[in-house]
Amino acid sequence: MATAAAPAVDVRDLESHRQALYKFAMLQLRDESRAEDAVQETLMAAIQGANRFSGGSSVRTWLIGILKHKIIDHFRKASREEPLTTDNEESSVDEFDVLFKDDGHFIDPPAAWTNPEAALDQSEFFEVMERCMQALPKNTARVFMLREIMGTDTDEICKELSITSNNCWVLLYRARMALRECLQQRWFGAPA
Amino acid sequence: MTEPAKLNCKEASRIISLGLDQEMAPAERTALRLHLAVCSACNALKAQFTFLRRALSAYSGRAPDKDEPPAKP
Repeated sequence: MATAAAPAVDVRDLESHRQALYKFAMLQLRDESRAEDAVQETLMAAIQGANRFSGGSSVRTWLIGILKHKIIDHFRKASREEPLTTDNEESSVDEFDVLFKDDGHFIDPPAAWTNPEAALDQSEFFEVMERCMQALPKNTARVFMLREIMGTDTDEICKELSITSNNCWVLLYRARMALRECLQQRWFGAPA
Repeated sequence: MTEPAKLNCKEASRIISLGLDQEMAPAERTALRLHLAVCSACNALKAQFTFLRRALSAYSGRAPDKDEPPAKP
């Protein structure tokens, strides 16, 4: 006879993820009280749904999945009040012209980073990366975080934020170019 | 048979980013491969974009995704 399995997650451990979830929510929502609300709702939903946690992924991945829905809900509500603007300032590829010569070659060609994997062992690196992400324009950051932190595919991002796929790809491209430039200046190319 | 388009770095960098989010069209993939064979700057950029994805996964504490969508057979 089958018996109900114990939840694979201890609800007392969920609280230990609060700070990380808050950081992710802040990077996307850029508003302390909204970020706090999203995290609170995420933890509440996790506690209520602890029995549904399959144990197939890490607790953090599971929580991020819940947070993603809370943040997307927020974007949906917000877009009814203030549609997400993808004006030229944030969605044009022309802005990249400053990085390239007229013939499309780099003005300052990227050079390979030396042993970048070693940076992943250093907490200072993640602090720098976080500051670089905070410096991204708002909509660029939203799309990039949904893609890279929440693991959302671009079709879903376009649908949920009501933007065209072209806008979406430009914003992701913009985010990557800006982040690599920022890390080049503040970490990999910084004087020792 | 038409020759694959010759990319410059601006076009190649856009396609490298696109390749992290969706499957590239065969023509784009071929054109990019030809460009990467001769361009160290775009090779560095591709490695850096791929590293960014690993760094973001490490930052979020979730299992990293595959670096690229699967290639068409």
